[in-house]
This record gives sequence, C-alpha cells and structure tokens, in this order.
Amino acid sequence: MLKELFKLFFAFAKVGVMTFGGGYAMLPILQREIVEARGWATEEELADYFAIGQCTPGVIAVNTATFIGRKKDGIPGAIAATLGVVFPSIVIISLLAGVITQFSELVWVKNAFAGIRVCVCVLIFNAVWKLGKKSIVDKYAAGIFALVAVGAIFTDLSPVVFILFAAVCGVVLRVLLEKS
Amino acid sequence: MTYLRLFYEFFKTGLFAVGGGMATLPFLYDISDRTGWFTHAQLADMVAVSESTPGPIGVNMATYVGFLTGGLGGAAVATLGLIAPSICVILIVYAFLQKFRDSRYVNGAFYGLRPASTAMILAAGLLVVKATFLANGVAAFDWRLAALAAVLVALTDFVPKVKSLHPIVFILGSAVVGVVLRLAE
Repeated sequence: MLKELFKLFFAFAKVGVMTFGGGYAMLPILQREIVEARGWATEEELADYFAIGQCTPGVIAVNTATFIGRKKDGIPGAIAATLGVVFPSIVIISLLAGVITQFSELVWVKNAFAGIRVCVCVLIFNAVWKLGKKSIVDKYAAGIFALVAVGAIFTDLSPVVFILFAAVCGVVLRVLLEKS
Repeated sequence: MTYLRLFYEFFKTGLFAVGGGMATLPFLYDISDRTGWFTHAQLADMVAVSESTPGPIGVNMATYVGFLTGGLGGAAVATLGLIAPSICVILIVYAFLQKFRDSRYVNGAFYGLRPASTAMILAAGLLVVKATFLANGVAAFDWRLAALAAVLVALTDFVPKVKSLHPIVFILGSAVVGVVLRLAE
C-alpha cells in the first residue's frame, strides 16, 4: 500500500516539475505520464476531471491529481497524488525565493521561456486534438463542442455557465436519443 | 499563530477561487491589503516568476507568499491551506459520481461535458497563443516564434518516432532554441 502511495506521489511530482505555464500545460504531460505510460486514467476521464476542475474551487491541476489519486488508491491516494503535484513547487520556489525577482529578469531565462511558451502552445493543441477524438463521439457532441468553443472564445461568461449548459444538453440529448 | 493565519487565509482562497490558478489573484490582492504580509509589487513579480518556474501558477503563488511570510514552513502551510478545500470538494464529488455512476442522467451529463471541456481547453489554449505571439501587439509579431511553432507542429505530429518522444524533450529543446536565438529580444 505504502509503495503504491509513493508511486502516486513520485508520478505526480514528475508531472508537477514538467508543467511549465499553468494548469492547461499539464494536460499533455498527464496524457503521457498518467494515461499512456501508467494507465491510471483514460482520455475520457481526463476530460471529465478537467470539466469538473473548471467549476469547482481550487487549482485545476490539483483537482485533477486528487481525482486520479482517489480513483487509484482511495483517500490516501488522493492525498499522496495531490501532495506530489505541489511538492516541486514548494521546493523550487523556496530555493529561488531569495533571488526570485532577479531570476525572472535574467536575459537567458526570458529567452528560454519565450521558446518554452511556443512549445506549450503546440503541446496544448496536440492535447486538445487527442482529447477531441475521444470526447466528440457523434454529431451532437460536435455541436456542443462548437457552441461552447464559440462561447468561450468570444464571450467573458463564467466556465460554470458552459458546464451547466453542456450537462443539461447532454442529459436531454441522451433521453431523446433513447426514446427514438 | 502566523502559521494558523496563513493556513486560514489560503484555505479561504482555495475554497472560493473557482476556475484555475489565475482566479486566485484577486484573493491574493485582498490578503495583501488586509495583512500587509507582502506588497502589490511583490505579487506582480510573482505572476512573472510563476510563468518562469514549473508547477501550477496558483500553487506557485501560494508557496511564494507563504515563504515571504514564514520561510519554508510558511511556504508549506500556505500551499496546504490552498489545496485542502480542493481535496475535500473533489472527494465529495467523486463519492457522488461513484454512487450515481450507473444513472443515465449522470452519464448523459458527461456525454455533454466532455466535448464542452475540450472546447474550453481549446479556448484557454488560444489565450496562451495570444499571450505568446501577440504580447506586444500585432505590429511586434515575431516570425521566429511562428517558425519555431511550425517546426514543433511538424516534429510532434508528423515525423515518425520523433512524434512519440516525451513532451518534456520538446519543452527543453524549445528552451535551448529560445536561448540560442535570443527569442525574447
């Protein structure tokens, strides 16, 4: 049991240390480390967890870690995975804290991150493509995808609005499809 | 006592900030105003720093503010405060989902939620694109960044064997390209 918890902790610490640029940048790393390499969750579950993470309190990366840890090893697993994902931040930020503002002003750091940000963009779109293949299962799902994409890109509405809309659409469509 | 206060303030932030790391920012400004633990300028620095260190931005900000206030212990306490409400809420949601996982309503809801979640990640991705390529306006668009993006698309989607490399390989490679070509200058 303890061994499994350590596995969760280290896997998520690895995800935490490889995530540059916030929660969404974590998606490609999660797909690789958690879905493909370890089989602890499916693409569909990742989409579910991100949907729930966007309308529940807290940092999305943390919410996703809690979900996957809970699914794999119960409540201890949830705690191990979540501590794992924040552990690198605590170490790195504390080590850098004294020099942290100078660090982000360093020319080579700025240059490196200009390159990293381009890469994160490409990786996020690849991740969305992979996720879309599993989540957009028919023309109705494609319709929900298109409506929410337009809404999220062109309006400032809260994610909660889109999540409620999509959940209601999903239930209504399922009920109607079963009847026909 | 400071540790208890730190935990309490970040617990509140974790409980009420909905929608990811940047949603914690208004709460951090509020903490700054009420406690004087850190200044607005330090907070603004932190946003920049969060973007140039690994890890989720909300967590990095809690860690930094905690460290400024109470050293390594403060960093740990603030971060634990921030994540404690998430853990509780997600455990409750998980238990609820397990109980109703055979319900056709819950299944129907997720049938709709999955494409919506994908669309929202796409929208968030576009904001990252805007911040990366058009940070200084359309006039300052840098073709070198677009060229790097094109090369990365080719490598990660089309070149056999290379495309199945670990994402961190491309991230580190891009960092090196950034330094060599002085992409921020």
